[in-house]
Amino acid sequence: MKKSVILGAMTFAGLAAGAASAGTLDDVKARGKLNCGVTTGLVGFAAPNANGEWEGFDVAVCRAVAAAVLGDSNAVEFVPTTGKTRFTALASGEIDMLARNTTWTFSRDVDLKFEFVGVNYYDGQGFMVPKELGVSSAKELDGATVCIQTGTTTELNLADFFRSNNISYEPVPIETNAEAQQQYLAGACDVYTTDASGLAATRATFDDPAGHVILPEIISKEPLGPLVRHGDHEWGDVVRWSLMALIAAEELGITSANLGEMAAGTENPEINRLLGSEGTLGEMLGLSADWAKNAIASQGNYGEIFAKNIGEDTPVGLARGLNAQWTEGGLLYAPPFR
Amino acid sequence: MSDTHAHSIAFVRDTEIPPSPPPAGETGAVKWLRENLFSNAVNSALTIASLLVIYILLSKTLPWLLNGVWTTSSLAECREVLQGKTGACFSVLTERWNQLLYGFKYPSDQYWRPNLALVLLLFAIAPVLFFDLPRKLLAFTAVYPFLAFWLIWGGTILAPIVALVGFAAGAFVFQTYGKSSFAVGFFGAIAAAFAVWIIGGMLIPDGASDNAMLQAVPSRDLGGFMLNLMLGVTCVSLSLPLGIALALGRQSDMPLIKWMCVVFIEFVRGVPLITLLFVASVMLAYFFPPESTVDLFLRVVIMITMFSAAYIAEVIRGGLAALPKGQYEAADSLGLDYPQAMRLIILPQALKISIPGIVNVAVGLFKDTTLVSVISMFDLVGMIRGPILASTEWNGVYWELLGFAALLFFVVCYGISQYSQWLERRLATDHR
Repeated sequence: MKKSVILGAMTFAGLAAGAASAGTLDDVKARGKLNCGVTTGLVGFAAPNANGEWEGFDVAVCRAVAAAVLGDSNAVEFVPTTGKTRFTALASGEIDMLARNTTWTFSRDVDLKFEFVGVNYYDGQGFMVPKELGVSSAKELDGATVCIQTGTTTELNLADFFRSNNISYEPVPIETNAEAQQQYLAGACDVYTTDASGLAATRATFDDPAGHVILPEIISKEPLGPLVRHGDHEWGDVVRWSLMALIAAEELGITSANLGEMAAGTENPEINRLLGSEGTLGEMLGLSADWAKNAIASQGNYGEIFAKNIGEDTPVGLARGLNAQWTEGGLLYAPPFR
Repeated sequence: MSDTHAHSIAFVRDTEIPPSPPPAGETGAVKWLRENLFSNAVNSALTIASLLVIYILLSKTLPWLLNGVWTTSSLAECREVLQGKTGACFSVLTERWNQLLYGFKYPSDQYWRPNLALVLLLFAIAPVLFFDLPRKLLAFTAVYPFLAFWLIWGGTILAPIVALVGFAAGAFVFQTYGKSSFAVGFFGAIAAAFAVWIIGGMLIPDGASDNAMLQAVPSRDLGGFMLNLMLGVTCVSLSLPLGIALALGRQSDMPLIKWMCVVFIEFVRGVPLITLLFVASVMLAYFFPPESTVDLFLRVVIMITMFSAAYIAEVIRGGLAALPKGQYEAADSLGLDYPQAMRLIILPQALKISIPGIVNVAVGLFKDTTLVSVISMFDLVGMIRGPILASTEWNGVYWELLGFAALLFFVVCYGISQYSQWLERRLATDHR
C-alpha cells in the first residue's frame, strides 16, 4: 500500500511538473515573483550587500526582467546556485531563469536543453602571475602549477590551450574563487586562470595589486549570458528582449535620468516603440506597454549598470572593451525594436 | 647518680633543630621545572625547542591580534589604517556580525526571535541533559520544538499547534492501546496523528500566515551560525531515537525488520554525506512539482538525520554487544516483555557504554552541517565563502572570518565534549 502511495505521488508530481512548465510567464505573473538563479557570490556580478540586498551586474538582469514582467524590480527571489547546482535548479523548475555568469556553449545550449537568450558580458579566459615570476606570455608557462576552478569551461580551455601549444602544466583544482585567491597568494600555484573579469576583480582586492600581472593572451571566448529552459519560447522572448531593451537603451541614449522625458514621446520612432508610447511591442510579448520603460527604470541602461557594478570607477575596474556598443567598436548589438 | 654522665657527655641537645628550608634546587618552581622540563638532556632540548616554537607563534600572531582594526568599513580602509603594519582586519566581524550569525536575509528587526529560541533551548535541554533536575520540566521540553518552530519561522501559530495536537493524539492512542498490544498502539498512534494533521491542515485558513503575530520567514532566509545550530540540534535530537530503533531493529529476530535495518544502515553509511545532500537539494527537486517542493531545510534535515542515525545505530549496537548475555537472560527470567526489558535493563547499560561514541558522532555531525554550504545554503561557512568574500568591501579577508568561525565551532564542540565527560563521571557506578 505504501508503494502505491509513493508511485501515485510521483505520478502526480510528474504531471504537475509537466503542467507547470507549460507557461513560465504565466507562472511568474501568478506568483508575483521571479525566481532568478544567481551565483553564491562573485565580486561585481552578484553578492548581497551589508543590508542583505543583492547587487551586481548579473543581478541587474534579474531585476530588469522582474520589472518588465511584474513592474517591480524588487519582486525577485534570488536563488543562489553553485557551479554544480545551477543547471539542475533551472532544469527542475526551481528557478525561472539563470543569470550566473554562465558561458554559452554548444553542449549547454543543445545537449542540456537550455536556451541562452543573449550575452550580457563578453569575457575570455586569461592568466594572472606574480610580477616577480618574470613571465610576459602564457606560452612561457611550461611546467607551471595552475590554480583552476573545477566544473567550469575554464578547466577545459586550459587543457586545450596547453595541449595545442605543446607545453606541460600541473593543475591545482579549487572550488571557489575565494579559495583560489588564497591559494594563489599563498604560493600554492604559480598561475591563476579564470575569466579576465574575475582576474581583474581578484587582483583589485590584493594588498599589492601592482605585484601581479594579467598576461596578454586571452585563450577562450566566454560569452556570458542569462539562460532559460528549452521549449518555453514565450518566456525566452521575454528574457531576451528585456536584456536587449537595456542594450538598445544605451545605444539610443535613454538613461535613467532622461527616461521619464523620453517615455512621454520623442521624435525618434524606435524610442517611442521601445518605451511604449507607440506600437504594441509589449502586447506582443504578453506584457504591459511600459515593460521596457520599467526594465530600464530599475537600474538604468546597460552602460549605467556596467559602470555602477564593474566599470572603471569601481574596485573591479573593468574597461568596456568587447562590451562596448557596436558603434564604439564593441560587440553589443541589439536587434531593432520593430 | 644524676651527674654520672654529666662529664662523660659534653653536650646534649634538648630542643629540635629548626627545620631549614630545602635546598633552592629542590623546591617550588625550580624543582618543578627541573623535574618536568629539564630532567635530562633530551627533555631540556625539547623544552627549549617548544619554547622557541611558542615564541615564534606568539610573535607572529600577537601583533596581528593586538593591532587589529575594528572600525573601518572595508578592507582597503583597514590597509590604510594599518599603513603596512601587521594587523588583523576585524572590522569585517563588526560590520557583518549579523550576517555571520543569522544569514543575510533574516529580517534584522526580528533577531530577538532566534535569540529567544536559543535561550529557551537551554531551558528545554537542561532537564534532558541534567537528570537531577525535576522531571516536570520535561513538559516544557516536549512543547519546545513547536515553540521554537513558531519563533524562528513565524507565520500562523495554528501550524505548530496542529502539529503538537497531532503528536499528543498519537501519544494518547499509544498510551491507551499500547499496553495491550504494541502493534495496535504503534500504528493506531501514527493513524491518529495523521488524522489530526490532515483535518487540522484543512482547518487552517489560507493566508493565515500573512497577518500573523510573527512575520513569516521562509527557510531560504535562514542562515549563518543560526542555521548550523538549528541543523545540529534538530538532527542530533532526531537521530538519537532513530539510531536506537535501528540498532534494536538490527538485532531483532524478525527477518524483515532486521534486513530493512541492515540495508538502511549499510547503504547510508556507505554513501558520503555530501552525496546525500546533493540528492536532497538537486535530485529531489525533479520528483516534486515546482510549486510544492518539500522545504529545502526539511530535506536537508532528513538527509543529515538519516546519515547520523546510521552511525549512531552502529555505535549503540557496539554498546548492546558489550553487554553480557546474562543481562538479557536476567530480564527474561524476571518475566519482562521486550519493551520493558529494553527500557529497564538493556538500554540504560548499553547507552552508558556508548556515550563516548555517540558524542563523537554528535560533534562530527555538528561540524558536518557546514557541508550544506555546498548546496548553496548560507550557513556560517557558506556566508563567508559566498556573500561576504564576494562583496567588494571584504574580498580578501580570510583569517579573520574563518578564525571567527573556528572559534564559534570550538566553543560549542568543546562544550559538548565536556558535558559528555561529566555524564560519564556521573554515571560511573562501577567500583574502580
